[in-house]
Amino acid sequence: MKVGTFDTRSGAIARALATPKGVIAGGWLFLVVFVAIFAPYLTPYDYDIQNLPNAFAPPSAAHWLGTDEFGRDLLTRIMYGARTSLSVSSVAIGISVFCGMCLGAAAGFFGGWFDRAVTVAVDLTWSFPEILVALILVAIMGPGVTGTMIAIGVAYLAQFTRLTRAQIMAIKSETFVEASRSLGAGHGYILFRHLLPNALTPVIVAAMLATGDAIILEATLGFFGLGAQPPTPSWGALMSSGTAQLFKAPWIIILPGVAVAVTVFAINLFGDALVRALDVRAGLREA
Amino acid sequence: MLLRVENLSVQIGSITPLEGVNFDLDKGEILGLVGESGSGKSLTALALAGLLPLIGGRIPTGRLLFDGADMVPMSRSQLRALRGRKIAFVTQNPMTALDPVQRIGDQVDFVSRTHLGLGRKAARARTVELLTQLRIPQADTICNAYPHQLSGGMKQRIVIAMALSGDPELIIADEPTTALDVTVQAQIIQILTTLVRERGLALVLITHDMGVVAQACDKVVVLYAGRLAEQRQVNALFGRPAHPYSAALIGCIPREGMAPGSLVGIPGAVPSVASYPTGCRFHPRCTNAGAGCSDIVPELRSLDAGGAVACHYPLPGIENA
Amino acid sequence: MLGYIFRRLLLLVPVFLAVSVVIFSIIHLIPGDPIDNLLKIGSGPEQREIITARYGLDKPLVVQYWIWLSGVLQGDLGTAIVARRPVADLIAQALPHSLTLGLCALAFSTTFGIVLGVIAALNRDKFADQAIMGGVLLGSTMPGFWLGLLLILVFSVWLGMFPVSGARTWSALVLPVVTVGLGGTALVARVTRVAMIEAAQRDFVMLLHAKGMRPLRINLRHVLRHALIPVVTILSLRIGWILGGAVTVEVVFARPGLGTLLIKSLNQHDYPVVQACLLILAMAVMLGTLIGDVIQAAMDPRIRAALG
Repeated sequence: MKVGTFDTRSGAIARALATPKGVIAGGWLFLVVFVAIFAPYLTPYDYDIQNLPNAFAPPSAAHWLGTDEFGRDLLTRIMYGARTSLSVSSVAIGISVFCGMCLGAAAGFFGGWFDRAVTVAVDLTWSFPEILVALILVAIMGPGVTGTMIAIGVAYLAQFTRLTRAQIMAIKSETFVEASRSLGAGHGYILFRHLLPNALTPVIVAAMLATGDAIILEATLGFFGLGAQPPTPSWGALMSSGTAQLFKAPWIIILPGVAVAVTVFAINLFGDALVRALDVRAGLREA
Repeated sequence: MLLRVENLSVQIGSITPLEGVNFDLDKGEILGLVGESGSGKSLTALALAGLLPLIGGRIPTGRLLFDGADMVPMSRSQLRALRGRKIAFVTQNPMTALDPVQRIGDQVDFVSRTHLGLGRKAARARTVELLTQLRIPQADTICNAYPHQLSGGMKQRIVIAMALSGDPELIIADEPTTALDVTVQAQIIQILTTLVRERGLALVLITHDMGVVAQACDKVVVLYAGRLAEQRQVNALFGRPAHPYSAALIGCIPREGMAPGSLVGIPGAVPSVASYPTGCRFHPRCTNAGAGCSDIVPELRSLDAGGAVACHYPLPGIENA
Repeated sequence: MLGYIFRRLLLLVPVFLAVSVVIFSIIHLIPGDPIDNLLKIGSGPEQREIITARYGLDKPLVVQYWIWLSGVLQGDLGTAIVARRPVADLIAQALPHSLTLGLCALAFSTTFGIVLGVIAALNRDKFADQAIMGGVLLGSTMPGFWLGLLLILVFSVWLGMFPVSGARTWSALVLPVVTVGLGGTALVARVTRVAMIEAAQRDFVMLLHAKGMRPLRINLRHVLRHALIPVVTILSLRIGWILGGAVTVEVVFARPGLGTLLIKSLNQHDYPVVQACLLILAMAVMLGTLIGDVIQAAMDPRIRAALG
């Protein structure tokens, strides 16, 4: 509960990396992020250059992962897809964390009718599957990258509001906060110097795990043609276009899915290692 | 001798939180096992009930002779056949000792059905009879109740009934009254002592309350930091304690006519397993410590007046008593 | 107990109203005139009038909501734009397929999740535990639709064991149930494992050992019994999450259920159908949560007593 300072947090990352699971998971995540950022410099081909005679080429020396129905290099498209998928899910979770922390902190700190209203709204969305919430929002905003980001962001809002509120409520009554208050500290000082820094650790861990779920959600929306629109490659969109070719060229759909599964698996492994290193309550994941 | 404990040690992982415990107990006797928390009382209790594997503990040296048979080399199923049948256990906190989602009657019935081979009806009749003997009103209604519907004292009687249900020869009661109200405490102790006298049971009563020991027990074993400090008849111990620790414990009992403020605890705290002092483990807190106490482990030596003490400088008046 | 169920049902009324407001607003929040959103492109002015009158689009929003809601409560979910049929008919056709899939997947997740969780807990930190928990985690990190496609590829195309798609035979249900169920299995197994380990450390378990009960009986009759209480709690909280998986998986297996209908209508901008699907799914989630709570209360005499 009292993992407060950034020292202990970076120490926890080091401790998480010291476990074998942590190294493997962390290594893969580093690789994926690196590829996503530097995709234009790393990819052997352009992601949207078509080469129809060479469509459905199976994996070969020239095209390590084969080509898609337009003869585009699949490895290139998966690397660019990492860009879209990672940025969409991390921006979405960023939105969620920021708005959720504001709402949750305000609700937990000030209490009263605002707290009750937030709690009711959060409980309402809590039991609904994220995919449904996201589908409603995509229905409203229309398909596309922006719509997907906001939809995923709102879908996970309840989780972070709930978590922040619970943390603030727990820390609010602790002795050191009371002491600070009795020394004349104002609302703002207490909120930003005491409560939020202490609430941050569990939120960071939860955000990390939620990013994994968000990648799956992004892929799902993309798969239904509601996410990034062609020719922009995202992991979901790649699999969507691969469905029609399932029997003819299964690698088009299998490989982006492997990228999703391995990345999400790595995020979960690293998250677990982090939870252990931070000693945040193990029940966090089930909450 | 019903129970003889010889040089008992307990090991958990690489640490040895209990070593060199000796005592014996006959039918119809009550033995008090005393010491502050962390002294190894509960470990001794678990060892006697063969429950050490539950907490990952084992017995590297020593013998536990029950009815002449050594329990240490026994297999798990042999121990299980003994538990509930010959050796019964009463736990510390009756609030959490009963399964909250099962009816009282079923929980008590289990013992006689398993160990005495009684049928459903016979077991229930026995349960009702036992509950009635323990002065639980409307025993047949209580059988259908759930634990949360009963008071703490009532639950502890249920636990005792459960212990008696297998018709045991030895009962181990691990601080059976600490979680209860003072008035109820006396009733429970009363029930236990009566059982021992009437049925000829043997009782190991673990407690940190020297008042209870004085009132109920025949023998006392004083443990300190995982070692035996002193082992005596109750009257002898209270009359002339040999170990400075026993004396300090006795000094902690409030008595009538004491001046306000004269009730003092023992300064300091029981060391943890990781930081046991060398030599006599009590020496940092001992008012009587002298040369050798900090580096030589005191041997357990017999006293002429009966019993034994592990101290380099036992309190005066003992050796020639 | 009946009183409790009744009170819980009453509590659902405001929740239902709130959800219905959100779903009702979709038609007004999407860009463009609501009338256009409710009409097929190229409809004549008289059809515009019919729709305007039907939904009261010339009246204030509150009145429109009331008209819509009273229609819904009487089973009138509007007319599908594309199919030109009552939405209620479409829903009635789709619902049984989704219910079968959802319930079977729930049963699958619960059974396998509990079994795997118990095995993992009893072999805590040993190989079996790590293998099960690793496998379960891997299963939950795969997107449902992708896993479905993989299963089709392996079991239907390569091995020819099950039909590729559709809902005509019972064997067509196997792969979708496995696909939807795996995510839930992971969740249930994780919770069961943690709950078993926690329950095994409770005081009363030691007294059971002291009574001379066999460890297997202690674990299955008492420890598991306790562990199931949090499992049911989580299941009731996340029942929608498991059912949500069915939405995406139906599409992959071309099962004519609610999920397929919803995604198709979303892509066709058939908003009355979208609204109806969302409403039905939301109600399924609410009912699932309620049933979970009732089962939980039935399992724990302490909760039962508190409810009176």
